[in-house]
Amino acid sequence: MTHVPAQAHAHFSEAAAERRDFTAIAQWIAPGAKVLDLGCGDGSLLGYLRDTKNVRGYGVEKDDANVLACIKNGINVIQMNLEEGLAGFEAQSFDVVILSQTLQAMYSTERIVQEMLRVGKEAIVTFPNFGFWKHRLQLILGNMPVSKNLPYQWYDTPNVHLCTISDFDNFCRDHHITVQERLVITDGKTIHLAPNLLGSLAMYRFGNAA
Amino acid sequence: MSDSSSVGIVVPQIAHFAEPLALRSGAILPAYDLVYETYGTLNAAGTNAVLVCHALSGTHHVAGKHHENDKHPGWWDNMIGPGKPIDTNRFFVIGVNNLGGCHGSTGPVSINPATGKPWGSSFPIVTVDDWVLAQSRLADRLGIECFAAVVGGSLGGMQALQWTLTFPDRVRHALVIAAAPNLTAQNIAFNEVARQAITTDPDFHGGDFYEHNMVPWRGLRIARMLGHITYLSDDAMGAKFGRKLRSGDIKYSFDVEFEMESYLRYQGDKFAESFDANTYLRMTRALDYFDPAADYEGNLSAALANAKADFLVVSFTSDWRFSPARSREIVKALLDNERDVTYAELTAAHGHDAFLMPDKHYHDVVRAYLENVE
Repeated sequence: MTHVPAQAHAHFSEAAAERRDFTAIAQWIAPGAKVLDLGCGDGSLLGYLRDTKNVRGYGVEKDDANVLACIKNGINVIQMNLEEGLAGFEAQSFDVVILSQTLQAMYSTERIVQEMLRVGKEAIVTFPNFGFWKHRLQLILGNMPVSKNLPYQWYDTPNVHLCTISDFDNFCRDHHITVQERLVITDGKTIHLAPNLLGSLAMYRFGNAA
Repeated sequence: MSDSSSVGIVVPQIAHFAEPLALRSGAILPAYDLVYETYGTLNAAGTNAVLVCHALSGTHHVAGKHHENDKHPGWWDNMIGPGKPIDTNRFFVIGVNNLGGCHGSTGPVSINPATGKPWGSSFPIVTVDDWVLAQSRLADRLGIECFAAVVGGSLGGMQALQWTLTFPDRVRHALVIAAAPNLTAQNIAFNEVARQAITTDPDFHGGDFYEHNMVPWRGLRIARMLGHITYLSDDAMGAKFGRKLRSGDIKYSFDVEFEMESYLRYQGDKFAESFDANTYLRMTRALDYFDPAADYEGNLSAALANAKADFLVVSFTSDWRFSPARSREIVKALLDNERDVTYAELTAAHGHDAFLMPDKHYHDVVRAYLENVE
C-alpha cells in the first residue's frame, strides 16, 4: 500500500484497541493475507489489519467522505455501490472478504453474501444482534431499539435488514453456508451463554459448503 | 497582484533532440523539439518530479501565466501551484507539448529541415507510446530517473497509463483521470466525423494548406463544435443554456437563435483561430489507436501485468465520452494484477470536462492521494 507517515499507523492501533471486533477479526486472518473489506468506512479496519497482520488489501466504499478518508489514510479503496455486487473482482481472488457491520444496511443481502463467497476463499460477516436483550426490552416497552450498536432512530436509520443471531444461523443453513466459527461479544467480552439474548455483536467466519 | 497559489510568470523552454525517434507507425522522426514548462524545484535526488500529460487540445502551458496581464492561465492552473492539489512547493511539475502538436513542439506546422517547408501532410502519425517515448527523453535531459507521479486526464490519462507499461521502473504513481483503456466505437465515430469535417474542407488541400496560405477553419470549427458537445453532459448544457434565446424572440431564421448555438459558434471560432487542423487530425488518431490490450488479444489484465506503479483512477458520473464503466475496466485489470489502486467515482454534472473543473471533492481526492506520495 501507499506509504503513510508513522503517525497514521499509531492512529490505527489506538483506534483498534477500543474495537474488540477488530481484534477478533484479526485473529481470524492469517498474516499477509489478501483481504477485501466491504463497506470499509474510513479504512480503520484495513489499516489495523495492515499494521498488525501485514495484510494486503482493498476497501470498497460508496460514500465520498469515507473514500477521501481512506485515501488520506493510505488505504486502497474502490468507490462502488455494494448493492450492485462485486463485478470487477475475480472469483476466489481474495483470501478473506469482510463485511463488517454493513450487512444490516444492505438491500441485496443474499446477493452480497453469495458475492463474498464467490470472490473470497473465506468470508467474515459481523452485525449487531437485534435479539440482544436490551433491544428486546425496548420493544416490549414499546419503542424501536436504540443502542451502542444500533445508534439510530427509526426515522434516520440506514439499517434495512436487521436480524438476530438465530435468524442468521437459519440463513446460513438455508443457503448451504458452512459456518466455521462464530463469536458473540458484548462490551468487548465474549458471550458463551445464551448468545442470542446476551450478545450485542455477532461475528461469523464461513466458507462454501464442502 | 500576486496570487500566492499561482506559480506566477512562467517561461516555456525548448529542448532539441538530435537523436532520431522511431515511431510506432514505422516512420522515423530524424530530430525534434519539445516545448515544455516546469514549476517548482527538482530536489537533489531528482525524486519529486511530476509529469502532467495533456489531452487533445492541451499544451505545455499547464499552470501560471506568460506575462503579468495574461488573462488565460495554464489549462490546469486550478490544480497546480503552491498549496494546490498538485503542490509545487513539494513537487517539480513538468508540462510538455506533445509531438505533432501546434504550440512549439515539432508538428505538422513546423518546418521540415529536409524540405525547408512545413511538414503538413507528411508529418507522421504519432501515437500515445510515441509521446511517452519522447517525454522519457525529456526526463533524461532533466535528470529525472523516476517520476513521483505521472498525471493526466482523458488522452492525458492514457499517457499516464502508458507510462506505467513502457517504463514501469520510471513512474511510482499514475493518476489516470477520466480516461479509458481504449476508445469505444462511438468515440471513434465522433473522431471520424471531426476528421471528415476537416479533410473535406476545400481549404485543407490534403493537409498542405500552409503553402496555399489558407486555413481549413470551417472544418476545424465544426470538428471542435462536435467535440465540445460530447465533452459536456446534457444536464450541464441544460443548466447553462437550456432553450434560452439570444434575443428573447424567435426570428424564424438560421442565424443564432439559441444561446447554445452562440456558445458553440464562439467556442468553434476561438479554437479554429488558434489550433492546427493537422494536429487535430493526429490527436484524434492517437486516441483511436490507443489500446494497450490489443497486443494481448484484448486482455487488459495481461497488458497491465508489467506495471509497477501505484494508481489513482478517477472518473466522473456524467462523463459519457469516457464513462466510469471504462475506468472500472482499468481498475479491474489493476486488481487482477494486485496493484495498489484507489478508484474514485466522482459525482459531477459537467460531463467529460469535469476533469478540468475546480470541484472541491475532486481536488481533495487528488490532494490527499499526492500527500501520501513521498
